[in-house]
Amino acid sequence: MADHSSTYEPKSATAKWWDERLPIMRLLSDQMITFPTPKNINYLWTFGGILTVFLLLQLVTGIILAMHYQPSAAEAFNSVDNIMRNVNYGWLIRNMHAVGASMFFIAVYIHIFRGLYYGSYKAPREILWILGMLIFLAMMAAGFMGYALVWGQMSFWGVTVITNLFSSLDGIIPGLGTAIVEWLWGGYSVSGTTLNRFFSLHYLVPFVIVGLVVLHIWALHMTGQNNPTGVEPKTEADTVPMHPYATSKDLFAMFAFFLMFAWFVFFLPDYLGHPDNYNPANPLVTPPHIVPEWYFLPFYAILRAIPDKLGGVIMMFGAIAVLFFIPWLDRSRIRSARYRPIYKWFFWLLVISCLALGYLGAMPAEEPYITWARIFTAYYFAHFLIVMPIVGVLEKPKPLPASISDAVEGGKSSSGASAHKKN
Amino acid sequence: MASDTKDPNRRDFLVVAGNTFAAIGAASLIWPFIAQMNPDAGALALSSIEVDLSPIKEGQAITAMWRGKPVFIRYRTAEEIEAAKKVALDDLADPIARNENLKDPASAPATDQNRTIEGHEKWLILIGICTHLGCIPEGQKISDARGDFGGYFCPCHGSHYDTAGRIRKGPAPRNLDVPVITFITDTKIKIG
Amino acid sequence: MSKQAIAIFAALLGLIGCLTVLKSSDAYAAGGEAIHIERHPWSFAGFFGQYDKPQLRRGWQVYQDVCASCHGLKRLSFRNLAEPGGPEFPVESVKALAKNWDNKIFAGPNEDGEIVDEDGELLVRDPLLSDPILGPYANDNAARSANNGALPPDLSLITKARGIPTHAIWYKHVAIMARDIVNGYQEGGADYVYALLTGYKDAPEGVQLSEGMSYNVAFPGHQIAMAQPIPEGGAVEYQKNAGAKTSLHQNAEDVTAFLAWAADPSLDARKNLGWLVMLYLLITTVLLYLGKRVIWSRVKH
Repeated sequence: MADHSSTYEPKSATAKWWDERLPIMRLLSDQMITFPTPKNINYLWTFGGILTVFLLLQLVTGIILAMHYQPSAAEAFNSVDNIMRNVNYGWLIRNMHAVGASMFFIAVYIHIFRGLYYGSYKAPREILWILGMLIFLAMMAAGFMGYALVWGQMSFWGVTVITNLFSSLDGIIPGLGTAIVEWLWGGYSVSGTTLNRFFSLHYLVPFVIVGLVVLHIWALHMTGQNNPTGVEPKTEADTVPMHPYATSKDLFAMFAFFLMFAWFVFFLPDYLGHPDNYNPANPLVTPPHIVPEWYFLPFYAILRAIPDKLGGVIMMFGAIAVLFFIPWLDRSRIRSARYRPIYKWFFWLLVISCLALGYLGAMPAEEPYITWARIFTAYYFAHFLIVMPIVGVLEKPKPLPASISDAVEGGKSSSGASAHKKN
Repeated sequence: MASDTKDPNRRDFLVVAGNTFAAIGAASLIWPFIAQMNPDAGALALSSIEVDLSPIKEGQAITAMWRGKPVFIRYRTAEEIEAAKKVALDDLADPIARNENLKDPASAPATDQNRTIEGHEKWLILIGICTHLGCIPEGQKISDARGDFGGYFCPCHGSHYDTAGRIRKGPAPRNLDVPVITFITDTKIKIG
Repeated sequence: MSKQAIAIFAALLGLIGCLTVLKSSDAYAAGGEAIHIERHPWSFAGFFGQYDKPQLRRGWQVYQDVCASCHGLKRLSFRNLAEPGGPEFPVESVKALAKNWDNKIFAGPNEDGEIVDEDGELLVRDPLLSDPILGPYANDNAARSANNGALPPDLSLITKARGIPTHAIWYKHVAIMARDIVNGYQEGGADYVYALLTGYKDAPEGVQLSEGMSYNVAFPGHQIAMAQPIPEGGAVEYQKNAGAKTSLHQNAEDVTAFLAWAADPSLDARKNLGWLVMLYLLITTVLLYLGKRVIWSRVKH
């Protein structure tokens, strides 16, 4: 359905002149207006558009902040404070950027779990999924380095702890880890040199994300969107043109999401941060309780759950790496968990595990939290490495609808179709 | 004599050689781009510092700064030395001394003797950075928590060090490092 | 879909209602053990909260008379005291205040390249409106050496740099988080500062205080180097028209409100704009929803 033949007709002489030289209007028309979209996609499919808007918003606010920010150990914290106090609307733009990063991650986590539930990673969408994971990685890099730029206590010690992860490689080749860490720092400890390179890279990474997003959308438009049934559109009756159908739904969802965004920007701007980051960085005092930004907490919990340093680091990176292999780990023939009565329960177990790990990552490294973190870490990996391959083979799926239209017309009242609308 | 253009082998060789040279040049250029991130000449300059130990009384500790890192200097009490000496090597999580001043720092056992400078065993001098993830352990100030083994305690992820700075419990993989130290006099040291 | 949307919306409203009504006196803790810190009814709390101008003026008086002998306020300039949204003192009196401020501005090097005068004192000048409100110490080391090793922190951001960590069983933790988000609770730092200022007590039996330390119920570890700054009867004499009578609790509340303003001077403007933006977004969202319904009514989905 995706490689639908072009229906664009230039309506004026100018449009025709352009179309023969740079068919950009044809591209937009074919990919954004007439592009066939499954007519049964629900609100969980609006997060792609929301993410695109937030990427642009982060770029714009970030470029503005860079006009006022000074990337030096002596002035970074002061310049952020100056933005908050003295720059015209500085508080607004800084709050938008800081809260925007959190909203970006909320949206991306919903987007990823939607993909997991409805099997959007399965053939022929493997490349689409992997590109998405690369975007996720780049986002984490951008978020981590951006938090460092504030140069408060949490910034400084977060960078110290996370860059020190690489020193665990000393356990494989003595000296390798230390060499890498000193290379990252540009010195023997985290310093202004480190801050300066983080600033440079923090400015670069979002443009890399833009490039990856272009590829992600390109790949999406090759295969077309998945939908809640996981059954590919078969006839034109199964789809609607993207405009005005998907676009109107996307726009509504986007504004609903903006409501939450504005709530935090105007009424809770510091809620998602940490008070310690309003203390300037001090290399001689470690805060009693170092926590990363909330969106890293599940991975941080996995790191701390393992008593061995190298083991913890391997598990933490492994938790991200395993996501890249999901298209081949899942052995089920069925895409959507809606028709997978057993797997569905495991999916919710995974959601609970990730939420629990997030909570445990914010707790101190002591009992009983460590034991619980180990249990949920074990399930996190078991889900991908054991449940996905095995349940896919053992489970007897529910009968799939013949087509999307069938599901919409016959299935409206059946339990399969309506039970998951609230997702 | 055949012209270059008519000899396919020779032409191929030149093309391959040219492309290879271009590739080598491009690849070589990567190195400066990577190496620039290493510590620069200013940071590398081995700044050693001298510390006067005479104001420190028994049971007290001070923190000196060396290469941007805190160095813990402690005048240990007799009980602390005794406690460190009593520990069997088998009880240590990391049995290696990690003392830059020894002849074989990579293999010497982490006895209390090997964790200090010969002839100055009452002084415990350590780089005050947790070998887990680089936090600064507590234990220098009197009001600090000193962990289950009476030495240092890292609040970040709960590593406990004993009175010779050896890791005894928690996720840290190594004993606290002993920097290069020279005793200029009995109460004056040079670090680095 | 629309029925479900209404159901979800109603559920959300119900949840918000419940959370708003929930009493705000759960056990909170700072530091390792459970320390109970009350939530104070600040005038600037919640969505509609704004600073109380007379209170900010009283708070400045407490800062000036009590705190300023040790603590700086260096991220603020004197001009801020006259700007809208703050205590809004008259410009002329702020000018006079700056001129008489004890902690002068470094003015060297002079034309001859000197940085000290004949007596070896640093060259200084009186602060202007645009100059920072400095504390008495030239640097952190000077501050430590004058205070027995303890560093009196600069207070410009103190209410943002402190908070009340939640120590509750996980389901309660989640409920507290949700309630705080719904209620727009941002005053943890102010609650902590107020609790600290009013938290000086005699050390309970069995607690050995180190030399020069005081016992404080709100401070993590309970041993604090700062002696009780505001005595039981209050530390400053308020003017008759100041709007309140002096007492420990009144002084503490006023200075905390002032410090909250110092840390977040754009709060009033932020909330005012916030309500306009929320209103605009709400209307637009409803319109877009109705438009979307019209469009989608053409297909069975």
